[in-house]
Amino acid sequence: MVRLVAFLVGLFFSGMLLIGLGDTVIKAIQEPAQPSAEYEFHETPLAVSFAHDGPFGKYDRGQLQRGLKVYSEVCAACHSLKLVAFRDFAALGYNEDQVKALAKAWKTEVPSINPETGEPASRPAIPADKIPSPFANETAARAANNNALPPDLSLITKARADGTAYVYSLLMGYRDQAGYKNTEGKELLKEFPDAATPPGLHFNPWFANLNIAMASPIVGDDQVTYDDGTKATKEQMARDVSAFLAWTAEPKMENRKSAGWAALGFLIIFTVLAWMSYKTIWADKKH
Amino acid sequence: MSFPWAQEYKPQGTVSKWVDERLPLPRLVYNAVGAGYPVPRNLNYFWNFGVLAGVALVIQIVTGIVLAMHYYASIDGAFNSVEHIMRDVNAGWFLRYAHMNGASFFFIVVYIHIFRGLFYGSYKAPREMIWLLGVTIFLLMMATAFMGYVLPWGQMSFWGAQVITGFFSAIPLVGEPLRQWLLGGFAPDQAALNRFFSLHYLMPFVIAGVIILHIWALHIPGSSNPTGVSIKGEQDTVPFHPYYTAKDGFGLGIFLIFFVAVTFFAPNMLGHPDNYIPANPLSTPAHIVPEWYFLPFYAILKAFTVDFGIPFTGIIIVPAKLMGVLAMFGSILLLFFLPWLDTSPVRSGHYRPLFRKFFWFGLIPSLIVLTYCGGKPPYTQWVVLSQIAAAYYFAHFLIILPIVSRIERPLPLPNSITEAVTGKPLETAAA
Repeated sequence: MVRLVAFLVGLFFSGMLLIGLGDTVIKAIQEPAQPSAEYEFHETPLAVSFAHDGPFGKYDRGQLQRGLKVYSEVCAACHSLKLVAFRDFAALGYNEDQVKALAKAWKTEVPSINPETGEPASRPAIPADKIPSPFANETAARAANNNALPPDLSLITKARADGTAYVYSLLMGYRDQAGYKNTEGKELLKEFPDAATPPGLHFNPWFANLNIAMASPIVGDDQVTYDDGTKATKEQMARDVSAFLAWTAEPKMENRKSAGWAALGFLIIFTVLAWMSYKTIWADKKH
Repeated sequence: MSFPWAQEYKPQGTVSKWVDERLPLPRLVYNAVGAGYPVPRNLNYFWNFGVLAGVALVIQIVTGIVLAMHYYASIDGAFNSVEHIMRDVNAGWFLRYAHMNGASFFFIVVYIHIFRGLFYGSYKAPREMIWLLGVTIFLLMMATAFMGYVLPWGQMSFWGAQVITGFFSAIPLVGEPLRQWLLGGFAPDQAALNRFFSLHYLMPFVIAGVIILHIWALHIPGSSNPTGVSIKGEQDTVPFHPYYTAKDGFGLGIFLIFFVAVTFFAPNMLGHPDNYIPANPLSTPAHIVPEWYFLPFYAILKAFTVDFGIPFTGIIIVPAKLMGVLAMFGSILLLFFLPWLDTSPVRSGHYRPLFRKFFWFGLIPSLIVLTYCGGKPPYTQWVVLSQIAAAYYFAHFLIILPIVSRIERPLPLPNSITEAVTGKPLETAAA
């Protein structure tokens, strides 16, 4: 009885799947899927390497400090960094006084209340504060950005596939759409005349739907002045800020990797000892 | 139960004698996983994975209890509390990554454990009850893992919860009210998050309870073995301790090396980037995918594309969506009937030439294809592949296995485990 019922159920499910298979194939022949501009012209992130890559990689403190400078002078005008506190900047190599000064000099102040009147007010940031957001709320952010919402950047490199390279590629990826050809030599507007970027958006083949609300934030060399004398080329700024955002997303990465090596070392010794006891105990037993 | 030659627990000291007379707990452990449990001498490394699954559960419970001390089950605070754990809690990043990857490794070892059972016929008489309890544990694990994935309240958490609770709305008449009752609202929200947290904390202990039954049931007939031949004499067995504690200890080391390598050096490899975006009910991700261990079942769900009805009348008896949901649950529930679908008296796949071919060239490829297609967007080529693989999956268990069991001529079995190992008959073989 069990086998009879099973046979019928199996016949039903497998049969319906095979009918579905025929249906899928017929539909695919009758109406082949239309290629889309997003599918054919969306680029995977550029190959770019960082000091913190790989199992031994450590953050380059100088690069993170330069990246913070790019963030604070360029990105912070629109993008928040809500999960990072000023005190965390100690990890970038700043001492206590420098962190205090950074917090105090931050362009946006921290919302508070006037202790006399209870009216909304603001005060300079202190190291314990999270980085203040440029906009009071989502509505204000959208109102100032043509109804687009600049995402919080704290976790952006973990929230996108191959995130650090993605941020770098996106910043370097603004192109003139007229005459744009991908690496295969296909011209976008010839293949997809309807794919012209709508007004208010900006063409960037590294963005999922090719048109991004953010205008190219990095507009030219020497947009910021680095304290360590590094020449602020566009590429250098994109690279530094990507490294900085890798740190904001994964501030404990160095602890993680060093603990990982210790754990692996311990386990390898444990496993060798376990293998030796296994061999000893089973020595007289064929198995 | 147990075999007449099983070693008996003999407490030495006054204290252990005193305890043994009043609460023989050390005796229980001795007989369960100590020298008092005779085990076939020929177990290969596939028999290590039950112990590893137990270790994985302990890792999940220990890390989970500490995480729960810092986690805050609120739709406004959950995401940030996870990030607080990652950033500000001492070694919080380790607890969280270990828990997150621990779930994946729990499934990896359980899947290998299940395949061991499928290949070596561990579900057959007299071990049906062990198998039934095992499938129950698997179902409980899936529910626990799903609810755990919702807790960080990221985009995939929210939309995964939306999709999976949506299965219930496919049930005719009562579906939608049932879904709302389960969620405590019209969509996943505070009520759903709170109850998922409560249940996610409860269910591992339910799993632990069913594992105790699983091991209890195992100790009635004793462990199976790669030949599938029953134990016939003392020469066939070795005491669990020290023989298998030592062998499993080595296997545990290898397992932990893999677990540590992923947890410390590629902790987000098995996750999805979208879950680092806070949940937003107004923005649907481009592709909603579950965690990797659910992908084969997700592929089965999506493989049903046509309604079942009376042709040319437009009457639909079973809509495609309902059929997909039924098939998805059915693909796991059918495992409950496996002991009665595979009627071959030979347990081990080694001695079943036809079964072995269908296992390696049918079942395993179809599951790999389903896992792969489950994570892909619904383009024609992936739909076609998952339809073929899913059709094979159901045919394998429900049609092919019963027929193979009937027509197959198994290879000759060894007379005993000892003979298979030493080449000498049981009666004459020394150690």
